[in-house]
Amino acid sequence: MFQDRMGLLSDPNRRRALTNLLTRLNTPICVLCYLAGVAWFMGLAFEPFTLRTYMSENAMGSTMVEERFPAGERALVTAREFGAHKRKSGAMPVDWLVKTMQSRGLEVYTQSFSRRLPFPDENKERYMVRGTNVYGILRAPRAPRTEALVLSAPCSPDNSNNQAVGLLLGLAQYFRSQIYWAKDIIFLVNEHDLIGMQAWLEAYHHTNITGMDWAPLHGRGGSIQAALSLELSSDVVTSLDLVLEGLNGQLPNLDLANLFYTFCQKQDILCTIQEKLQRSDWDSVSGYSQAVQTMALMVLKQASGRPWGDHGLFLRYHIESATIRGINSFRQYKTDTTTVGRLLEGMFRKLNNLLERLHQSYFFYLLPSLSRFVSIGYYMPAFGFLAVILLLRALDLWVQLGALPSVTEDGVGVTDQSSSPSLVSILTPVVISHLTGAALYTLPVLSQELAVQHFPVSETEAVVLTAIAIYTAGLALPHNTHRFMLAEGTEQGWRVLKLVAVLYLAVLLSCTALINFSLGFILALTLVPVAAFVTPHVPKVLSAVVMVLLAPGCTLLYCVFAFQELQEAPVSLIDGWMLFLSVISQGMLDHALYGSLVYPLLALFIYPCWLILWNILFWK
Amino acid sequence: MPNIIAVVCASYGLAQSVCDGEDLPARAERFFRSDHTNNWAVLVCTSRFWFNYRHVANTLSVYRSVKRLGIPDSHIVLMLADDMACNHRNPKPATVFSHKNMELNVYGDDVEVDYRGYEVTVENFLRVLTGRLPPSTPRSKRLLSDDHSNILIYLTGHGGNGFLKFQDSEEISNVELADAFEQMWQKRRYNELLFIIDTCQGASMYERFYSPNLMALASSQVGEDSLSHQPDLAIGVHLMDRYTFYLLEFLEDIHPASQANMNDLFKVCPKSQCVSTPGHRTDLFQRDPGSVLITDFFGSVRKVEITMETINLTVPGIPLERFGGEPHTETALAYVDQLPVAQIIHQKPKQKDWHPPDGFILGLWTLILLVFFRTYGIKHLKHIF
Repeated sequence: MFQDRMGLLSDPNRRRALTNLLTRLNTPICVLCYLAGVAWFMGLAFEPFTLRTYMSENAMGSTMVEERFPAGERALVTAREFGAHKRKSGAMPVDWLVKTMQSRGLEVYTQSFSRRLPFPDENKERYMVRGTNVYGILRAPRAPRTEALVLSAPCSPDNSNNQAVGLLLGLAQYFRSQIYWAKDIIFLVNEHDLIGMQAWLEAYHHTNITGMDWAPLHGRGGSIQAALSLELSSDVVTSLDLVLEGLNGQLPNLDLANLFYTFCQKQDILCTIQEKLQRSDWDSVSGYSQAVQTMALMVLKQASGRPWGDHGLFLRYHIESATIRGINSFRQYKTDTTTVGRLLEGMFRKLNNLLERLHQSYFFYLLPSLSRFVSIGYYMPAFGFLAVILLLRALDLWVQLGALPSVTEDGVGVTDQSSSPSLVSILTPVVISHLTGAALYTLPVLSQELAVQHFPVSETEAVVLTAIAIYTAGLALPHNTHRFMLAEGTEQGWRVLKLVAVLYLAVLLSCTALINFSLGFILALTLVPVAAFVTPHVPKVLSAVVMVLLAPGCTLLYCVFAFQELQEAPVSLIDGWMLFLSVISQGMLDHALYGSLVYPLLALFIYPCWLILWNILFWK
Repeated sequence: MPNIIAVVCASYGLAQSVCDGEDLPARAERFFRSDHTNNWAVLVCTSRFWFNYRHVANTLSVYRSVKRLGIPDSHIVLMLADDMACNHRNPKPATVFSHKNMELNVYGDDVEVDYRGYEVTVENFLRVLTGRLPPSTPRSKRLLSDDHSNILIYLTGHGGNGFLKFQDSEEISNVELADAFEQMWQKRRYNELLFIIDTCQGASMYERFYSPNLMALASSQVGEDSLSHQPDLAIGVHLMDRYTFYLLEFLEDIHPASQANMNDLFKVCPKSQCVSTPGHRTDLFQRDPGSVLITDFFGSVRKVEITMETINLTVPGIPLERFGGEPHTETALAYVDQLPVAQIIHQKPKQKDWHPPDGFILGLWTLILLVFFRTYGIKHLKHIF
């Protein structure tokens, strides 16, 4: 009766029963949670579980405006002129652009910038980048100059995106003759795509995040409310693709996507996201798989942390932006430039009506198609299930650690005097793993000179191969760290280390998932099983192979193959491997040029965490 | 009754000369159908921002009709946010249209807005109604009505069940409005008052009225939304709300001599056109709505009757019948005690009705008791009793 009075957890009998339950059922529950997490994620794309998109901002309203842009053909003529001048000068025709924009009544300014990349970029073939941005400001006729909208088109060195610049100039001329603008409109042509955009944005907001060298801006337009980037490479398009993913997986407000979709429907243009068409047969297998593919592409793009269009850099400054890409494929129904111009005119008129920044709709979402979305409240439980596995394991370890002293007392071994492992023996693997991570972060770029001298490789290859070498060298660590260990590891020792590792991984993945759900989820998919099952007592060779296959590096490799597969452009193994190398170099460049956080996260935190688990596997 | 109008009877032909005797009192009866001698209008638009264009257009349409039917600007208090005509987004500056294709510009060139911009607040509105304005307030911002004034009050904007939103920062509740009207009644600031409201759930705003001589119309019942009428694709906003659009159409047919009465006004915008169900309230109104002319509230009509014969206006039969047969007492009128201290101090506590305990409370107590007895055993009962 006295026992009945005690609480559930303070009663030793009851507690033992609970902990026995926990220990016995731990593995089944972990497996169940993992399957539940994966199933939840796959179920997100199932149409009855998603919501239809709707316009949340009241100021943008439900009424349509009549678009009257007439000058599509003239825009194409301008585009051809621009192309000719670009070919003649070899780089961006700054003088011609300045003259054309001035003749359309804009206030024109230029900005020069230069940047030396940490190592040559083999994808875009540049190392020392020097360029000029040209932008013209259309002042609102009656409004104070406090707010602005941006329309930008990149100036590409080859023959693409001419039509985008032509349409931009055509729209500038049309917009200039209207009196209903309440915000300034900035028409920007940036050179060297993202680098130029970064220089312009940094100068506009007086920040210097990435150490670029740029000239200050002479003309400014107030705080930017929204931005659209245009990529158009053909005279007619068959569909318009919307690109939303920005730097570090940040997404613009869903209202911008809703706005685009509404106008696509109004102008009767075929609009896609992830370049995949929308299907209406959600209950068939192919319809569902299309939605899953679209969502998976968005997850992969978001996880990569790189801006997938020129708009991606605006998001850091809390400016809602998107890229509209014109695609010309083999389809019967073609849309001409006038209609695309009308779509942009409509979008800008609606954005003109805004009184505040877009904030009414979601900032965290996944899009299985352009008219359906999944908000953060619906997709987070998928990650939650995976994080729960780590917590259950931590709880299990805690229980085992609590039970262990009673076991060793009964044991025969007397050599083990200290019941708790020394702090040093726990800290050593942790510190060494993090030092390896730091080496992986800093050494590849620093040692490229050395590598080029000794090996017949280019700088980019040197950097990438050094990174892979350091990554593989980390696999040999456990055999070497034991030399630094003062005493032999104990049963308790690896348990404490694993507890630390599991909790560290849980915190890391949760924080990542909050900022960039896709990155957190993909890392969790491969790292959580590793963290859950690894102990020194599992069969060494098999688990070593499994661990290497589920390591962050291989996860990246699988993602590359999956990405190509989903884009319906599957690659062979060799090509995939080359793509993988270029992805690593792009990741490092993104970090140096724009401040992307994926590479530091993987090198400084995820990789050391995996190394600690690798250490536990080879615990002696 | 102040006789600023001369009354002279005239005979119009042989047919009427026979029934001169009855006709004269009947015509006099008709002449004195309403007690009012002057008309006022308070027109309020409680929204601002470009996407609320239609509320300003609503108010301006009613303003236009009221002015056309004779009420001068000096007797109209117009409260608008007034940021539509000169809004940067207006493709036709200095205009506010009520019909699409820009048929009708209700802003015109002689609009006089008394309270504009951020001056349209709940406090200013209530002060206008009750007359409690600082001495420095100009006459154009005052409602200088007396006890023979018929007042038209028109409100439009965004509303809900029991409240109306003023410019995104405050609300007025139906209780406040009812109390304001009671203040007006006690200070004899109106003879009769017509209250029209065009918002979502507008009928909730007149639910709490308790002063006499009030008639109220609303565009929708509680739980319904008032819908907007038509967008203009060149301007890009909805131009009018449905109820006021059809009200404007109805009022365009009214001219100063029109004999249309309130029953016609109640029929404006049936559910088929308005989608919401307009409502009205006439129980506080002393006269029969069928005998109330539209121009009694919407216009300022000077009535003139020419007659060659004399008629005795102090004959007791005519005025007394309207008040149910009670003779006029000649007692002096006094204001109601504003702060009845004696009543407050010696107030007896109100008897609270006993309600049986809620089912939930009962269930909760049963649960607590069950748990108690389960845990500690039934033998502990003796410790309780």
